[in-house]
Amino acid sequence: MELISPTEFAKETVLSVQEYALLAGRSVANLFRPPHYFADMIQQADLIGVGSLPIIVLTGLSIGAELALNSANTLQRFGSLSLIGQLVSVGMVRELGPIITGLMVAGRNASGMASELGSMVVTEQIDAMRGLGTDPMKKLVTPRVVATTFMLFFLTIISDLLGLFGGAVVSVMLFGTDWRQYWTTAYQTLVFQDVFMGLLKPIFFGFIIATVGCFYGMTARGGTQGVGRATTQAVVASSVLILVVDLFITKLLMAVFSYQ
Amino acid sequence: MAAPPTPIEQQASSGQDAAACVVIFEDVSIAFEDKPVLDGISFRLGKGETKAIFGVAGSGKSTILKLTLGLLKPDTGHIYVLGEDVTQMSEDALFELRRKIGMVFQESALFDSLTVRENVAFRLLEEGTVSEEEVEKPVREALSFVELENTVDKFPAELSGGMRRRVAIARAIITHPEILLYDSPTGGLDPVTSTTIIQLIVKQRDVYKTSSLLVTHRLQDAFIMATHYFDRKANEMRPLPPGTRGEVPMTFLILRDGKVIFDGDVHELAQSKDEYIREYIS
Repeated sequence: MELISPTEFAKETVLSVQEYALLAGRSVANLFRPPHYFADMIQQADLIGVGSLPIIVLTGLSIGAELALNSANTLQRFGSLSLIGQLVSVGMVRELGPIITGLMVAGRNASGMASELGSMVVTEQIDAMRGLGTDPMKKLVTPRVVATTFMLFFLTIISDLLGLFGGAVVSVMLFGTDWRQYWTTAYQTLVFQDVFMGLLKPIFFGFIIATVGCFYGMTARGGTQGVGRATTQAVVASSVLILVVDLFITKLLMAVFSYQ
Repeated sequence: MAAPPTPIEQQASSGQDAAACVVIFEDVSIAFEDKPVLDGISFRLGKGETKAIFGVAGSGKSTILKLTLGLLKPDTGHIYVLGEDVTQMSEDALFELRRKIGMVFQESALFDSLTVRENVAFRLLEEGTVSEEEVEKPVREALSFVELENTVDKFPAELSGGMRRRVAIARAIITHPEILLYDSPTGGLDPVTSTTIIQLIVKQRDVYKTSSLLVTHRLQDAFIMATHYFDRKANEMRPLPPGTRGEVPMTFLILRDGKVIFDGDVHELAQSKDEYIREYIS
């Protein structure tokens, strides 16, 4: 393995951050500059949104059920099993729904984008597209960013609902909680701040997944090995970034809404 | 495609004035990771001329094509394409200019998720000037030029290497560009397929008078191009009559260590006293 000097490493890191920022900025700026590729946006929304539905359904149900299963034990000790609906509801809507959906979509789509665009780079298809007078940023990156941001918002809502449903099934079938009581407490405990926080996060996460996936794809170098490396880096970077950004958004919104 | 008659054009000499040139390189240098690839090269491509670029692997041949298309920016120097300085143009302005240029990439670079029809029609559909129905005719004509009309619904992966190159040529010529850039169009192909590709390039040169830069490792391909013309009536490439000289607009450019060591026609090349060139062409 080739060793590089700390100066070179620092330069390369700063350059990568700069290139990422430029790509992210352009992907948004292209929304206001023609041509707009609506057909590509819809195609990507189908691939990313509808294509991710099965894993979102499964993970949403599982996480909700597991949350109910784990918390029921503790709540039972304090005789507060009736609060299980509240706990699952707040946990899913504020935190687990957006995070799990974001991580699942990152694993599935950031890797897909990096490998697809990376393959196009190493086979000169991106150069060919530029040579044919088409801006790959407008044609390939912006539709993916728009589609991922848009679809992750709705996937998160589906994940939240299925998580609540999974929790309800476990609570009713394993712990004998009343079905109606579960849903009533789950609904009543949610306030505007919870829902706002839960639905703001996927917008950031979707943007991160698509821009990171596209960035690693568009900067892939070195043949098939380079594409493989870009794919791995895209998943790792987008997952870590989602967790870090989640922490900051949660803290910021808690401060804004004066959460206790 | 309505083809004009096929007189063999006067050779466009590299010494002609700037107004008659479609590509001008002026003292262009570029380095990759501190390694100089092109070191102050200058040359001109006249209107209707085809210039074959030679050099060993890594000598910067493909880089010249990418610089011409504005895909890369030089470290120093100026490149004028159709009168515009591509080194000073924004990416948006370059997209406009690139619509007048066609390029055939080394490995064809066809979009593998699109069919042959969609690949060839890509530029027309992107320009948005024609509908999907109207695009059928020019696509058929371009594919007919490369004799691949029966492949419209196939994907690039279903085609042989030679067929992919021909589709790439069809994609490059569909809008009748003013300049064509060929990056090793015969690389890795068998002699029969190579001759087919060379015939298509000669046909494009002599029938449509398109100015071209051709990067190749195969000297014999360029010699065939310099000693043959396309007979439109017979619809085939034919050797020039014995004793004729400079009747086809074809020149040669040889690179060595990032510099141009030869720029001239086939006869000047054959008479060159430079040891490296003599060894190269022997």
